[in-house]
Amino acid sequence: MTKRADSPIYRRRLMVNRFNLVMSMATMAFGMVFLIWILAVLFAKGIGALGPSLFLQTTPPPGSAGGLANAIVGSVIMVGVATLIATPIGILAGIYLAEYGKNGWVARLTRFINDILLSAPSIVLGLFVYTVYVMNVGHFSGWAGSAALGLIAIPVVVRTTENMLQLVPASLREAAVALGAPMYKVILTVTLRAVRGGVVTGILLAVARMSGETAPLLFTALNNQFWSLDMNAPMANLPVVIFQFALSPYDDWKELAWGGAFLITMTVLVINILARTIFRQSAVR
Amino acid sequence: MPTDAAAATLGRTMTADAPARARRPSAPPGSPEAAGPWGDWIFERTTLFFALLVLGSLAGILVALSIAAAPALETFGVGFFFTNVWNPVKGIFGGLAPIYGTLVTSAIALLIGVPVSFGIAIFLTEMCPVVLKRPLGTAVELLAAIPSIIYGIWGLFIFAPLFGDYVQPFLTQTLGRVPLIGELFQGAPNGIGIFTAGFILSVMVIPFIASVMRDVFEVVPPVLKESAYGLGATTWEVVWNVVLPYTKVGVIGGIMLGLGRALGETMAVTFVIGNAYRISPALFSPGNSIASALANEFNEAADPVHRASLISLGLVLFVLTFVVLACSRLLIAQLARGEGRST
Repeated sequence: MTKRADSPIYRRRLMVNRFNLVMSMATMAFGMVFLIWILAVLFAKGIGALGPSLFLQTTPPPGSAGGLANAIVGSVIMVGVATLIATPIGILAGIYLAEYGKNGWVARLTRFINDILLSAPSIVLGLFVYTVYVMNVGHFSGWAGSAALGLIAIPVVVRTTENMLQLVPASLREAAVALGAPMYKVILTVTLRAVRGGVVTGILLAVARMSGETAPLLFTALNNQFWSLDMNAPMANLPVVIFQFALSPYDDWKELAWGGAFLITMTVLVINILARTIFRQSAVR
Repeated sequence: MPTDAAAATLGRTMTADAPARARRPSAPPGSPEAAGPWGDWIFERTTLFFALLVLGSLAGILVALSIAAAPALETFGVGFFFTNVWNPVKGIFGGLAPIYGTLVTSAIALLIGVPVSFGIAIFLTEMCPVVLKRPLGTAVELLAAIPSIIYGIWGLFIFAPLFGDYVQPFLTQTLGRVPLIGELFQGAPNGIGIFTAGFILSVMVIPFIASVMRDVFEVVPPVLKESAYGLGATTWEVVWNVVLPYTKVGVIGGIMLGLGRALGETMAVTFVIGNAYRISPALFSPGNSIASALANEFNEAADPVHRASLISLGLVLFVLTFVVLACSRLLIAQLARGEGRST
């Protein structure tokens, strides 16, 4: 045994092993460095901009004080409307894939397309809404922004709904059917209800993803310097305001951009962690 | 009526849900027999309709973008994709520079991102203490949750100055003097350019590639790994000679997924790439990508041909990512099928 441990081949194998495992740990550290670095910068730069005026005043012209109230409200409204559009569509399509389509060609093709849409570049989805809606109506609007965001959310909801429904044991469905319940009632009151924690997780993840999306809003909602709740007009939103303010030459605009960046990141991370917690608790049940 | 109650009870027992009875629909007694088939039919058709809506949206995007891109493609022909001019004043457009920038930044992202993701996946599946597995896995996934624009603003104001002051001069003076590849590491050391964009992209695609790799590594049957360990293999040898060959299709699928992400990333790239319609072998010089050209110029493009040219670029991007993501999905699905057969 000792003889073999001393042989050069064995020693070389051990060295290779140790070197590669250390490298593996280094890559993990590499990933964590960037996560911590970005969050630390956001805290350092963003905390200073936080204050009541950030939430109460609208975006200022350069050189004067202001906040992000119109952008925050605009973002909340557009993400909210997009969620309301995307949730029923996504859940119903997910139900079809898991309960009716199963392995038929329609379901298989839809699943495939949905997986591609899940990772499709969001900027192209924004461009699509621009060509079919904004170009025909002739102006940017909050509705167009919500439509673009909804297109991003639907695949997420479809995917999680289907995956969750597939986890429901067949015996549960069979028991309900055996009692004489029609299929739609089985799905809506038994299977869907059994996995609602997972479905809510999917919706929350979709909301988190939408909150940070900038590119599709550039061609749809654009931006608005003023307070506006009109969904039929250009609408202010946090990501586009951050984009414009961060690249501007004015220091007070840049500071507002950091405040907005901090706000968005915290929202997204909190929703993400919340979704995971809900999912874990519903899975335990 | 009895069916309702039974279903509600079932739902309650399975999900420990108390107010189930309160939401029971007030259907007249005996109606399930009459309304059941119709209700089922309507419900199934409704779900089918929405599934077809999802199915059709992809074709819809292709058609809508093609129609909107037509004016540019009619004017410039196929040459649009192979010429490097971008002159809004004269109204002459050719998209080679942004297409080149998109491909090069994505290539850099993969060159850096793939090895790092591989290391992270090995760490999470083979080395990580069980207690840390979930927190660290979540942390890597949170890297993907940070919005693109945050990477952009961080990249421009924090990362680029440091990179330009310390790393770029160093790289130019060392790797830049090596013949052949030295050309790549030239350019003004101001932190902005194609390489910076590719590097930030690599950080952004790491979580996507790493989580696919981790998931496929975890489907390797323990018996295979244990046999190798039993023969005296080291951890690295098990990973390299057993885990990787078994999962290589899925690993390639994960890499393609990362590539699909990198190609379409917009905001982070827009902030740091420099936005110059230029093709240069020097990676530190500014360039442009399809997505950043769209984000920067679209709303200022008043000329219809200019706008159509930008939409044509968007169409190229969509087709490109479609092909890459389709390959990725097919590869990952193939691994899942193979796994089903062997067990």
